[in-house]
Formats: sequence, structure tokens, C-alpha cells
Amino acid sequence: MSTLDKKAKEAMDDDTAHASGGGDNGAGGFIILFFIIGFAASMVLGWVVFPKLLYSQKQQPFSFNHALHVGEVDEGCESCHFFREDGSFSGIPKLAQCTDCHEEPMGETEDEAIFVEQYVAKEREVPWFSYSRQPDCVFFSHAAHVVGAKMDCVACHGHIGESERSRPYEYNRLTGYSRDIWGKNIAGFKNNSWDRMKMDDCAQCHKEAGIIHTSSVQTQRDACFVCHK
Amino acid sequence: MKVDRRSFLSFVIGGAAGTALSPLPWKLMDDSSIWSQMWPWTPVPPDGEVVYEDSTCTLCPGGCGISVRKVDHRAVKIEGKKGHPVNDGGICILGLSGLQLLYGPTRIKSPMKRIGERGQGKWQKISWDEAMAILTEKLSDIRNKGEAHTVAAIAGTEGGTVPALLQRFMTAYGSPNFIRTPSHQDADELAVKTLFGASGRTGFDLENADYILSFGSGIVDGWGSPVRMFRASSLWKEKNVTVVQVEPRLSNSAAKATRWIPVNPGTEADLALGIAAVMIAQNMVDPGAVAGAGGWENQLLANYGTKKVSQVTGVDAGVILELAKGFAKANRPLALCGRGKGLVAESLRETAAVYALNALTGNINQEGGMWAIPEADYIRWPDVASDELASAGLAQPRLDGAGTGRYAGARHLLNRLADAVNGGGPYPLQALLVAGANPCYDLPDTRSVRMALERIPFIVSFSSFNDETAAMADLLLPDHVYLERYGDVPVGAGLAQQVIGLSKPVVSPQFNTRHLGETLIVAARTMGGATADAFPWDNYETCLEETLAEKWDALIEEGIWVEADIAPVADTVRLAVTDAPAVQAEGDVNSFPLLLIPYDSIRLSSGYIGDPPFMIKTVSGTVVKGKDGFIEINPQTASATGLSEGSVATLTTPRGEARVRVHLFEGIQPGVVAMARGLGHTAYDGYLAGKGVNVNELIGPVEDPSSGHDAAWGIRAKLAKA
Repeated sequence: MSTLDKKAKEAMDDDTAHASGGGDNGAGGFIILFFIIGFAASMVLGWVVFPKLLYSQKQQPFSFNHALHVGEVDEGCESCHFFREDGSFSGIPKLAQCTDCHEEPMGETEDEAIFVEQYVAKEREVPWFSYSRQPDCVFFSHAAHVVGAKMDCVACHGHIGESERSRPYEYNRLTGYSRDIWGKNIAGFKNNSWDRMKMDDCAQCHKEAGIIHTSSVQTQRDACFVCHK
Repeated sequence: MKVDRRSFLSFVIGGAAGTALSPLPWKLMDDSSIWSQMWPWTPVPPDGEVVYEDSTCTLCPGGCGISVRKVDHRAVKIEGKKGHPVNDGGICILGLSGLQLLYGPTRIKSPMKRIGERGQGKWQKISWDEAMAILTEKLSDIRNKGEAHTVAAIAGTEGGTVPALLQRFMTAYGSPNFIRTPSHQDADELAVKTLFGASGRTGFDLENADYILSFGSGIVDGWGSPVRMFRASSLWKEKNVTVVQVEPRLSNSAAKATRWIPVNPGTEADLALGIAAVMIAQNMVDPGAVAGAGGWENQLLANYGTKKVSQVTGVDAGVILELAKGFAKANRPLALCGRGKGLVAESLRETAAVYALNALTGNINQEGGMWAIPEADYIRWPDVASDELASAGLAQPRLDGAGTGRYAGARHLLNRLADAVNGGGPYPLQALLVAGANPCYDLPDTRSVRMALERIPFIVSFSSFNDETAAMADLLLPDHVYLERYGDVPVGAGLAQQVIGLSKPVVSPQFNTRHLGETLIVAARTMGGATADAFPWDNYETCLEETLAEKWDALIEEGIWVEADIAPVADTVRLAVTDAPAVQAEGDVNSFPLLLIPYDSIRLSSGYIGDPPFMIKTVSGTVVKGKDGFIEINPQTASATGLSEGSVATLTTPRGEARVRVHLFEGIQPGVVAMARGLGHTAYDGYLAGKGVNVNELIGPVEDPSSGHDAAWGIRAKLAKA
């Protein structure tokens, strides 16, 4: 027997003695404790730290009060977010629309001052961040949903029309998508139809919406090309 | 507490379990797949409101109406304007690629002055005020020394208010040297003057003709107004109209024709006169439209017997008879000339011969025939009141000699400018202004043109693009490109009506450029005195609006003004005896046994506009491949010189030498070498520069003895294996 073998045997004997000894009861507890620590740490990492790392925040150029504007206009959302003559959707209003009323400051808020000084006076478009923009691979037609299927704005956009301040724009550092697409809940759970707008959410609604969404002969559902042109 | 191996493992397992139960891996997986499907650096065009803005294309003389599709403020596509009398919704490949000229890398983005050696490409951006100061100080200096005539201006065209302003500027300044870039327009104007005895141009009622005899005109290769020609060509197919293409090479136009007549290069005039002789001999002539033809007819019968013509042209005597009969017996025959796109003046002999053929059939000013109509005459500015300095300058002879002596018939002879500057002229040139032209690339014998420009101490380029001539300039005063500016576009291009199009700004100027009309008005105002008096307008737009007068509203509304009911300049053609010899190719037959002829292609833009990247991509690999330009030769020529498909050869002409690759082509006569025009640029961008060979470096101008116009149709050449 070599010296090395001898040492190994001694170490084994030592371990066996520890394991069987009555004074070592705490070792099992330690193991569980470490399991719990690891588990808890990774849960904290995954649920709390990870979303903070994944998403970055930007402030809108200035805060916009939807509630105030909806009160001032006659046709609700469509007063500013309208369909153009060719059926395309105008989306976020351009400066020209705003200046119809805001040639001069219309209030004394700080945001109004920023708007008029920085953008109206300088004829610069406001670089709004869009919370709801779908990526380039998605063909989304507002006309098909709002005019065709008579859907309400709230179904996808929630109660943004009642907001009094612009919340920070959060975007995914990896994909560049707005956080609204995945949804606020990092696990992807949702309570309302507008909480997230991933492909599954589109598909779910298309499935529920009945027999017209059967463009794919094979699946009797909507085919990929309906949205992915 | 001792952290042993088991605790550590336990920690790791706990961590793994926790991670699996957290969103981290699942969300990361989703995000990374999204990230890899849509790379963040892939450009995504911004969304916006789609609008169409109508304008007129000025990239060639064709005058097509265009509708530019815009998303918000960006132009994203150019389409043909539906219902437009010239192109009715059609568009050519160059018109389609126009956005690359607007947004592409070839633009000159600001006024600049040269700080390095000439041609070195070292520039300093300057302000418009500084640039205008440099220009006007220099010009005033020359003028105050009583040498106003030593300034010349080269313009791409003469039509419209902008070239007219440049011409007016030169007159008010006191220089007779306003020179237009050569084209078949030169020969056409001279032929109309000679045959009809009045100023004007020809127009062709192509759509109503029922027999087309084309002497090398590139019907689908860019002749006339290209989109109109494509349409006419399709219409002829539908209506079973006979189209005969007389051309030494099987061009696309020849391939699409009913019949291709391969003719010896440069003998088209002989064939036309031969056909005329047969028509006279066989009494197939309509006597109505021809006056004083007795002497001419006798000369024709004596000199252009079918047998002799057959020998000269290489066309069978039987074929000549057939052509004469077919042409004369057709109800509405029409003969066309102007080789390829009509970029070279050609000889008066050839143009007059073809127009005489039309006259003999009695189709002058008839439906389906050839019309002789006046140019649209709407620019009616008061005459310039010349001061003493200007009068003295204007009394000097033109540097190119046009309009006097043996060149009495010519109005512009840019082909003679290089020689004049290089020592053959009456006086040296002190300054040159270049607008809408690229003489350093576009004129035959570009080497001597460059040499001439090197001798001129002060060169100003108004080009929007980094072209070869701008590279030689001292001062760059970039004009807007056509999609950024107003402009009137009188359309000639073989239209049988007077058409004026309006170019409107489709997008706002992208860079710190300025409208040439504006530049000229400001320059004149700065120079003061009589020069300023000749330019009473506040700005170019006022000038344009006042000039177009009653047409302005219609042009703003419709984008086009058409005068269909125009009185022809004359109805009778006077045919007079001439002794003009045929134009020969330069070079000695023994040292240069082959003939090099340039050809035009719709895929290669010519003149001032360089091929945009979209277009150069469509050029066949047998025309240009990588950096190599090709020549077309018959397999017989190839085997005689030991060349095969793709081999590298040296092509030598009396004017230059080039390394080329060989493409074997049955559609070309043995002994003839063909090379595409529009390649071999040294300027513009990396998509165009350095590709192929500029045929103008190999070819030189040949003066038409009747006018002095460049009538070169080719040059003698030799080919050796490299």
C-alpha cells in the first residue's frame, strides 16, 4: 500500500465517523438551509432582480394628460387617433394636429411649457415612445380590428384614455420591445385582455372570435401570413 | 458553520430549482429568440402617412410624369404618373432608381472650395455667402479687365428657364460662350432648318404609323422619350406594324423588330439614300411634299444605284428593293434616325437623308408621319440691355466657332471646345461654369477634354453629384436634385406635340444646396449694374411663375401643359443637291483593322446622370463583371486574334488603349467591336466608379463637314491578347 492510498483510507474513515456520529445532526439541517438559501436567492433573482436588469426605463419627452384631452374633444379617442382617408391608422398624432389648438400655451403646467417651447416653436415632432408598437415582423391593421371587428380601443390599450400622466416607457434591453408587449407581469400572467400583446394573445382572440378566422386550410385557424406578411 | 461540499451542492440545487420556477430562463429564451430573429441593427422603415406627390422627371430628355410615394416626409418610391400624355403610368429603370440619386452617397452636400491639388478631392465646406463672394469676385475681376468673353458656360440642355437664365447671365455678363452638350438634337435642328427653311424640331406620330424604318434608333434602348417608345413598340406588336431596324449590331431594338438589317457601320445614310433612289426610280414617290427635288433626284439616281449601295452598306440589292417597296407602299410609313439614344449629333447628310425618305412618302405633318414643329416659345423676357463691357465681350467670336464661317449652321459645338482651349482657339479661357453636364466623362476623347480643363484657371461646377467634372472644379455650388426643386421641363424627344412639364419639390432639400436659378439670380444681383438689371426677379420661383404666365396655374394643377394643335414650321421639304461626303471613322485601316462602335443600353444611364446602384445591378455579366468591362466581338474576329469568351484583351484605338474582356456575340459583324456607353466612371460612388471602360476615352470627335457637329459613329481599332 502506497502512502497516497493510506491517506485516502484515513480520510474515508474520518467521513464515515462524522456521518454516523450523534454530534453531527446539524449537517442535514445545513443542507436544507443551503437548499433554501439557493432557492430563495434564485427566486429573488428571477422574480425581482432579473426584471429590473432586463428592462430599462425612459421618460416621455413630457407628460401627457389623456383624461384632460378626452374631456375637451367630441369624438373620444378618434378625435386624435383617427383613420386616414386611405384607411390607414394615424397612431400617435403629429405636431400639426396638436398645433391646431396649441399654437400658444393652453395652460400653465410645466409640460405645456416644454411642449410649446421645445416643439411647437421649433416645429419639431415630439419624439414620443410608443407603448404599444408591435415589431416590424407583425402586420397589424387597426382598420380590420376597429372598423371591421368593431373592437373597442380599451380591449387592447386598456384605460390609457383615463391616464393623467404619462408613465415611464419601459423597454426590453435585449429585444428593444416595449414592456407592454410582454406585459407588466414578468411571469406573463394577465388579468385583462390588454395586459399583454404577444402572439398567443392575438391567437387566443382570433380563435375565440369565431368562424371567419380560418385562413389556413390545414389548421382551420388563421394562417401565419395573416399577421406575418 | 462549515460550508462543505454537500452544502454547496445543496445550494446549487436549490438555486437551480428556484431558477426553474422563476421567469428568468423562460423569458430569456423568448427574448433571445426574438433578438436573433430580428437583429436590432436591421433598419425598420418608420411608419407614417402615405401621400403621393406628382412631378416631372428630368433625368433624361423624355419628360415623363412621375408620382412619388411618400411616407410622412420621406420619398419611398417613384412611379409613373397615370394619365400623363407622355408615359401614362409607365416608368423606366432610371426613373425608378431616382431616389438613390436623392438619398445616395453621390450628392455634394454643401458649397465647397478646393483646398488640395486639382482632382485630388480635397475640399473645404464653405457657406453660401462665401461661395457666392468667391464666384462674383472672380467673375467681376475678369469682366472689369474687359475679358468677359473668356468665360464659358456648359449646360446639359437649353430648354427651360434654368438654362435660359444661365444663357441670359452669360449674355448680360458679356460672353458669347454658352455651349449646350451635343446630342442628336443638334443634327435635328439643323436638318429642319435646312429642309424646311425654318427653325424647329421634328416630332414623330409613332402611334399611328404602320411601317417603321429605324436607322439605328434604339427604340427600346432609350431613344426619344423611352417610356413612350416602349409603349409604341408594344402597340406596334399588337397592331402587326412592320418594324425594320437598320443597325450593325443586334441590339435589343433590333431583336424586337420585325426585321433586322445588319448594315456596315456608318453607312446608314447610304442605305437611306439608296432606298430613296429606288423609290424615285420606280416612281413610288408622293410628289406633294417635296419641292425643287429635280436636281437632288438626278444626283441620287446617278450616285446611289442599288448595286453600289449594296456594296457600300453590305445589304443585299434584293433587300434594298424590298425595303424600298415595303416602305413606299405602306399607308403611313415613318423613318427614324439618331443612333441608340441619340447622344451624338450625327451628320447632317444622314439626318437629312432619313428625313428626305419621310418626305418622299408624303408623310410630312400627316397622321402617323414626321412633323416639323416649332419649339415651345414661352420664355419671353425683355432683351438684355448690354453695357459697354458686355457689348465688347459679345462682339468676340465664340470659342467653339459655332455660327460663323464653316460652322455657320451649328449653334453649339462643345466637341470643338477642347481643341480651342488646348491652343486652337482665338483666346484662352479664364473661367468655366458647368451646369447639368459632365464633359470630363461624356465628351469623346475625354483625355483632351481633361487636359483642356486643366488649363482653365477657374472652374465652377453646379452639379448635384460628385461627377468627373465636379472633381476638376475649384468651386462647387451644388444645385438641388430634381425631386427638391421647381422647374419647367419643355419636352422635345420626338413628341409630335408641344409639352411642358413642371418639376415640383417632392421633398425639402436634403442638404445645404441651392437652386441653380436662385444662384444665378443672386450672382447677377451681387455683380450689380447691367447684369443685375437683366435679372429683375426676387427669386427663382417668381421668375418661373411670371415666365409661365397663364400656364402657371394649369401647370400647378395638372403638372403639364400640352399644345396639341400647333402649326408646323413648314409643309414642304426642299431637297437640294449636296456634296457632303460620308463621315469616316478615324484611324488608318492598316494599323487598326477593326471598327469600334459604342452602343447604348436602357440599363446604363448616359450623360450627366451616372447609373444609380439599382441600375448597375441589372447590367448583364457579359457587359460588366466586377471591375472588368466587356467588348462584343464576333466569334470569327475572336478566332482570328486567338481570343475566347471571357479572355482579357487590349483594345487600342488612335485615341487610347484599354484593358477589356471579350464577349463572343453572333449578333455583330466580323471585324466590328462593340462597347457599351455609360461605364468606366472614375467619380460618383463605389457602386459605379471603376467599373468597365469609358468608351469616350477610346473615341474622338469627327467633325461633320457640313456643320462641325460631332458625327463620329465609331473609330478604327485593334485588338490584342493581353
